[in-house]
Amino acid sequence: MANCPEFERPIVELQEKIEELKSLNEGKSGGLEKEIKKLEERLSKVKEEVLSNLSPWEKVELARHPNRPYTLNYVKYLFKDWVELHGDRRFADDKAIVAGIGKLGGVSFVVVGHEKGRNVRERISRNFGMPHPEGYRKALRVMKLGGKFGIPIVTFIDTPGAYPGIGAEERGIAMAIAENIKEIAAIPVPIIVIITGEGGSGGALGIGIGDRVYMQKFAIYSVISPEGCASILWRDQKYKADAAEALKLTARDLKGLNVIDGIISEPLGGAHSDPEGASRLLGEAIIKVYNELKDVLPSELIDKRIEKFGRMGFFKE
Amino acid sequence: MKWFERRKRVEKESKRKEIPDGFWIKCDGCGEILYKKEIMKNLMVCPKCNYHFRIDSSIYESILLDEESFKAEDENLAPSDPLRFRNYPEKVKKAQKKTSLNDAIICGQGKIEGRDIEICIMDFNFIGGSMGSVVGEKVKRAIQRASGLELPLVIVSATGGARMHEGILSLMQMAKTATALNKLNTPFISILTHPTTAGVLASYASLGDVIIAEPGALIGFAGPRVIQQTIKKELPEGFQRSEFMLGHGLVDMVVHRKDLRETVNILLGHLC
Repeated sequence: MANCPEFERPIVELQEKIEELKSLNEGKSGGLEKEIKKLEERLSKVKEEVLSNLSPWEKVELARHPNRPYTLNYVKYLFKDWVELHGDRRFADDKAIVAGIGKLGGVSFVVVGHEKGRNVRERISRNFGMPHPEGYRKALRVMKLGGKFGIPIVTFIDTPGAYPGIGAEERGIAMAIAENIKEIAAIPVPIIVIITGEGGSGGALGIGIGDRVYMQKFAIYSVISPEGCASILWRDQKYKADAAEALKLTARDLKGLNVIDGIISEPLGGAHSDPEGASRLLGEAIIKVYNELKDVLPSELIDKRIEKFGRMGFFKE
Repeated sequence: MKWFERRKRVEKESKRKEIPDGFWIKCDGCGEILYKKEIMKNLMVCPKCNYHFRIDSSIYESILLDEESFKAEDENLAPSDPLRFRNYPEKVKKAQKKTSLNDAIICGQGKIEGRDIEICIMDFNFIGGSMGSVVGEKVKRAIQRASGLELPLVIVSATGGARMHEGILSLMQMAKTATALNKLNTPFISILTHPTTAGVLASYASLGDVIIAEPGALIGFAGPRVIQQTIKKELPEGFQRSEFMLGHGLVDMVVHRKDLRETVNILLGHLC
């Protein structure tokens, strides 16, 4: 846990102490149970304390936590008979976005999500979750498959953003995102969007159109990264914490701005501290929202979806 | 109407805005010192190197539309400060004073050679032509009006992308405008001028039935500097310019400013 965020240190230290005591206890065959229990109680308290007082920047760090569950982790816990589908049928298979079909609560869902990769090699092959145009085109292709066969759709969003590179521009990254936004809105099945980590601007929105948009408690969603904002406003990235505050990018902020429909809670120490628990909470939310949407007529879904995004924003008139 | 009859108006409008005082200006393209009156007559295009100077929305209005045909809609829509974002109200006030506009776009109906159209023209002078709630809302309403009145839609973009000062709400304007286009049942011509980038390119600007770019305009998703910092390599010459986009099949054509009106007119003749 060498690369845990600063604010998490008291939690990690306590966890390490408990592990140490546990192994000692096993070696000595008992006697330290009381001690361990006390520390575990303390750990819950510390977790609650630390995680209920996070600054916006600390939430950014949590959303980017290297151990945070990614799309394929949630797929593994939640979706049975999972079949991954590859490629955009035009140019390549972009591993920064995964797509497939699996069963949750007896219902088949199309699942599309960003995937960052866990270790260095994986992260490189998945381009750190930063898609090229092919990723968005694959996403749209598979989501349209859902539309064609009446399979509801779930998307998981967790990306620093679409990849800023030469190839991405040459192959029309802006066009790919624009087309996704427009065409996903017209897919005639329920679409549930969940921001699970970093909602990085257009790269997030490219798979971010749906009937309901939810955020996990410690996810963020923003038009620009705090670092990018800081270098524009203060000409220095070291003001990223101020930028994170100014941008209003936390789940609670977005609920207040009527951009999301609700917040999905996470286990006490954040999703990474208990991926299985986080998956369970996510799965329950998906089923609940799906039940609200499953009987709505397709044409009504589409109209309401367009109206939903049409209402967003504040201005004087 | 003939071009030379329209020049006077262009000249008058130009003087009011964009152009700095003095008789001479330097071409950003070739460095040539140009007599301002001359270049104004040339629709703010350098006669030596064809560099297209950036012009404000009112000049595009006079270049594209029949004289006095423009009827503005939703002029009173103005930005609020939903995030209470540092200095945003002051920035808005300054931009409003500088441009005499309430936000970075004008929308309404006009005529091209007698044909009614719905038109939106972005204005880069207003906080870099950035899209916040007002721009998004006005574009959405223009799309709805075009549908309701069965008018073709023309949008001239000039923008750095989404407006940071309205945070996530600016991002949602991409969703607002692009999803609204599902309901448009008339032709939509998107004109990309220098620059058209980021959130606007990744929403309505890329969704035209026909996409026209002005010569040499910067058109891209990510800023060139960001790309360079990411890949740590020199960018190829002409990268993200109109001609580059044409070569990669991402726009239909690159059209000189003097031919814009005629091109749009011919296209609408086919499509309407």
